[in-house]
Amino acid sequence: MSLFSKENGAVFTGPLNLNNPIAVQVLGICSALAVTSQLKPAIVMGLSVTVITAFSNVIISLIRKTIPNRIRIIVQLVVVAALVTIVSNILKAYVYDVSVQLSVYVGLIITNCILMGRLEAFALQNGPWESFLDGIANGLGYAIILVIVGFVRELLGSGTLFGLTIIPSSVLMENGGLYLHNGMMTMPAMALIILACVIWAHRSINKEK
Amino acid sequence: MEHFFSLFVRSIFVDNMIFAFFLGMCSYLAVSKTVKTSLGLGVAVTFVLLITVPVDYLLQTKVLAADGILGVDLTFLAFILFIAVIAGIVQLVEMVVERFSPSLYAALGIFLPLIAVNCAIMGASLFMQQRIQMPAENSQAITGVWDCVAYALGSGIGWTLAIVCLAAIREKMAYSDVPKPLQGLGITFITVGLMAMAFMCFSGLTL
Repeated sequence: MSLFSKENGAVFTGPLNLNNPIAVQVLGICSALAVTSQLKPAIVMGLSVTVITAFSNVIISLIRKTIPNRIRIIVQLVVVAALVTIVSNILKAYVYDVSVQLSVYVGLIITNCILMGRLEAFALQNGPWESFLDGIANGLGYAIILVIVGFVRELLGSGTLFGLTIIPSSVLMENGGLYLHNGMMTMPAMALIILACVIWAHRSINKEK
Repeated sequence: MEHFFSLFVRSIFVDNMIFAFFLGMCSYLAVSKTVKTSLGLGVAVTFVLLITVPVDYLLQTKVLAADGILGVDLTFLAFILFIAVIAGIVQLVEMVVERFSPSLYAALGIFLPLIAVNCAIMGASLFMQQRIQMPAENSQAITGVWDCVAYALGSGIGWTLAIVCLAAIREKMAYSDVPKPLQGLGITFITVGLMAMAFMCFSGLTL
């Protein structure tokens, strides 16, 4: 089987749209909601999850024949926890302000259901290369939703993107304009409602689901 | 004593695991179809929280911290150690419940082992780790084992309250006419969003 065969293509594109981990499989919701009040932490979180999913998939796939079935959950948790520790320290070293914003949610990648779900459902049955593709694709599928929600919340909530002002301050109400930032958008509650709208749109487009 | 109650009440209403931090969402959405099972899961989560948070507190302050018994700063190992403690305790709870109350064991079924990967449990331990560093006069600070117990109990009760409320609403919603693409997950998210807005009125509450 070649590295970029049709089957592997399907493995890669499925989670990006039709089989999206958040919108269809309902995995990993916790962090998807909490880190999306701004775009930058959302992207960092999405990338971290992508890296961790890909490498934990590869590691578990490599040792899948030697793990005793009864203790596989513990083995998976230890592998994931070790990778999360590495990523968390890298984030602290290079993007300290984002890692402060993400606070406990980096550590909570350990208990992110996407990881356990992919390890159980895919890496235990497939070879390392397919598992790597599957991990990358699922991580990116997760990141896409995070970016959409983060984009809407940051733009409508504080009028900025990546911290750069998009909506000019002259149209604001306090400067004599007619526009007011929607403060609700920065609150946790709106994350749920925006995610519901994303899922609604996704399901209306993919009717067959 | 005041601090103790303040911590307890705040962790139920203000710092609610679901509505303020979205922790434990996966099982929250999957299990909240009937009131009875969601109550069982809530009790199990509360119980596991009550054991793991104080144990993790002792490990964090007595073993991992730089002034602990090992004399080396090992806090970077916290993730691995915490998840091992949680998985071990969930296993232990499972065996104890199976031995002493087979009926409860049968009622909880698959949810018991799944608590090990519930973000609310891990999240409570990680928040505890953050709150240790807060100054003692802060109403969220955790300064001892009993503070941990109050925090864990409050978080567990808050989580139970949230899941039972949602299950009750979803039982009623079975009779509603919801647009097709919004059915199931979508409308549940909107419901939780509205509940979270209602819980926002508790913010700033102190005792």
